[in-house]
Amino acid sequence: MSRLRGAPPRYWLVVIVVVFFLGFPTVITSFQASLWAQALILAIAIMGLNILVGYSGQLSLGHGAFMALGAYTSAILAHRYKMDYLLTIPIAALFTGLVGFLFGIPALRLSPLYLALATFALAVVTPSLIKRPDKLTGGVQGIILIQPDPPGIARDAFATVTGTPMTSDQWIYYISLACVLVLFWVAWNLVRHRPGRAMRALRDGEVAAAASGVNIAGFKTLAFGISAFYAGTAGSLFALATGFISPDAFPVSLSIQLLVGAVVGGLASIPGPLLGAIFAYFLPIESNQWVPSQSWIPDQIASTVKNAGPAVSYGVLLILIMIFAPNGLVGLARRGYELLQKRLRGTNDRETGQLPPDPQTV
Amino acid sequence: MGRIAPRLAAVAAFMVTLAACGGGTGSSAQTDVGVTSTSILLGNTIAQSGAAAAYGTIGNAELAYFTYINSQGGVNGRKINFKILDDAYNPAQTVPLTKQLVEQDQVFAMFSGLGTQAQTSVREYLNAKKVPQLFVATGATTFNKDFGSNQWTLGWQPPYQGEAHIYAKDVLANHANAKIGVLYQNDDYGQDYLKGLKDGLGDKSSMIVGSESYDVTAANTAAQLTKLKATGADTLFIFATPGFTIKSLVTVTLLHWEPAIYLNSVSNPQVYMGIAAKSGAANKNVTSVGYLKDPTDPQWANDEGMKLYKTVIANCATCKPEDGFNLYGVAVAYTMVDVLKQAGSNMTRANVMKIASSQLNETNPFALPGVKVQTTSSDHFPIMQEQVITWAGTGWKLQGSLIDERGTIK
Repeated sequence: MSRLRGAPPRYWLVVIVVVFFLGFPTVITSFQASLWAQALILAIAIMGLNILVGYSGQLSLGHGAFMALGAYTSAILAHRYKMDYLLTIPIAALFTGLVGFLFGIPALRLSPLYLALATFALAVVTPSLIKRPDKLTGGVQGIILIQPDPPGIARDAFATVTGTPMTSDQWIYYISLACVLVLFWVAWNLVRHRPGRAMRALRDGEVAAAASGVNIAGFKTLAFGISAFYAGTAGSLFALATGFISPDAFPVSLSIQLLVGAVVGGLASIPGPLLGAIFAYFLPIESNQWVPSQSWIPDQIASTVKNAGPAVSYGVLLILIMIFAPNGLVGLARRGYELLQKRLRGTNDRETGQLPPDPQTV
Repeated sequence: MGRIAPRLAAVAAFMVTLAACGGGTGSSAQTDVGVTSTSILLGNTIAQSGAAAAYGTIGNAELAYFTYINSQGGVNGRKINFKILDDAYNPAQTVPLTKQLVEQDQVFAMFSGLGTQAQTSVREYLNAKKVPQLFVATGATTFNKDFGSNQWTLGWQPPYQGEAHIYAKDVLANHANAKIGVLYQNDDYGQDYLKGLKDGLGDKSSMIVGSESYDVTAANTAAQLTKLKATGADTLFIFATPGFTIKSLVTVTLLHWEPAIYLNSVSNPQVYMGIAAKSGAANKNVTSVGYLKDPTDPQWANDEGMKLYKTVIANCATCKPEDGFNLYGVAVAYTMVDVLKQAGSNMTRANVMKIASSQLNETNPFALPGVKVQTTSSDHFPIMQEQVITWAGTGWKLQGSLIDERGTIK
């Protein structure tokens, strides 16, 4: 009990968030659960990008390509070789991770700006590349996947809580949630230990890191590999959740969406990708449907926003974030929390009233 | 626990609020989903942003026609509600949006969803759910030909393969020694056209000296056109969506290339030719086909159908009346209303599907005179007649007479 009392508030926050996401599908419709599953999947990919960009300081504009690789690996194994889809997820993740690791080797020679361009090129060519071997990938027709039915035990358990049996959308939500929990836990451990410290060191000063004995090349490629591993998992789940993949499902804008999510949530933080994913996923959907439904917005502006699609809302949001919350939503929340504590305790209490700076999350 | 309790309470309150907001939509007792005694709800996904945003106006034009019908009292007393969602021509977005329309908004049927890949991506889902996927806005042959295996899906416009057959006939008749270069979009839609052209040319298909594809994610088609020009082709087929077609017409002129050009009908509205001309395209020697009346053609000025179109399209503030895509939208909405009227009091999904797929026999006032919108129990291609048109500087000129391709696609 004393350990529990001593636990910092963020541990309680984790418990609450986990309980929330576990219970969420019981109160929303199956369709809404399918949307949230997509958001969770995006969170995994953004966490991967966060490890690369936020912790190791390398910019990638091409993570959509790694998602595509993961998605197609799973889809081909499941569709052509009739493997159980759940088994294909780790295979796709490992394979994508390996490819990411290999891609990281030449990418190492590039300075950050050129790395961004190289990865951007990867994102641009991916849809075309997928179309070529059309015997394998289904070409432009894509691959239709059958969504798995939930196992009997899960279906019944769900039915006792809500009164209706679990649908496959809800099952996929829970699969995605399980992956999020495991992968976020792994990421949390990773960044708090040796590799995380090494990555942050090389992000903040490559020469200094090298002088302190950090294997620069090793950790850079490792970050790339891990990041691709996450993207591959997300891609595999994405294919499952959509039930259909085709080359144009992985446009350049997907990579941009991931980056927006990472920045909006807050780089170099663990909860950041989750918040960023929720925003990056729901913002375009909501803004596209909300803006035209508002009669007070002039037709001209509404139709411009509609024609430009999600780009407008992304642009506006990014600018606002840059101005008001350069550390993303997590930075904003943290600052708000500190201000609140200052208020509550008064400035005399405990010297400054501020939490000690946390070396793990800076 | 003292310090934690208030925090927990606050979060709990927040979660309850969220749960309340997210609460499910209960289904009410109806004869069929999406139909009440006073309304029918139809859903639609279309590209209103992204690479094919030019098509977006079609949805608005369809809405304009439904608004017009509602102002006339609706269909047997039921008003038609129409929900349009933007999928940006991205099949990965079509899936969740279609699910939203079916499961959350509880539409009666999906109507005129646009895009070959996009509509393929939801065909399986809609057929499994037994939700009509009616009059998809794509001419990919599969949506009519494969009706047997997808009995809840049906196209409307002439299939791309049939259209390409007509081009093949025209080439053989007028340019028998042509060297053909083909530019096509690298997906089902472009490949469908290419297949139709090859089939139509038959043993003369060696006339095609080069074919180059572009991806819908590409920036332009300059590289492909340069290659095609280098093959020595003197006849160019452009099987591309409007944005790429305009760019291609301009590029051809910039390359000082003057081939005979064949343009697919899905990009040929007069306004787009005008945009191309403004951007520097010569637009010389351009041929296409049509099956609808061109709103910019003066010969229809006193036509009843065209007058009705002008009345209808006034209901849409953002629609340009001269844009042929709007006429397309109004025309396909006319067929939809026709089907709903015939369904009458038996407004079930199954009955509507049966009428659309096998009992259509309609003279559409927006189609060229003589065009029949027709289906039977063995023929699920509603429109199969088209007429060759040539570009005459400011507008299209109808050539010859209607060509009927019915029965040529098995």
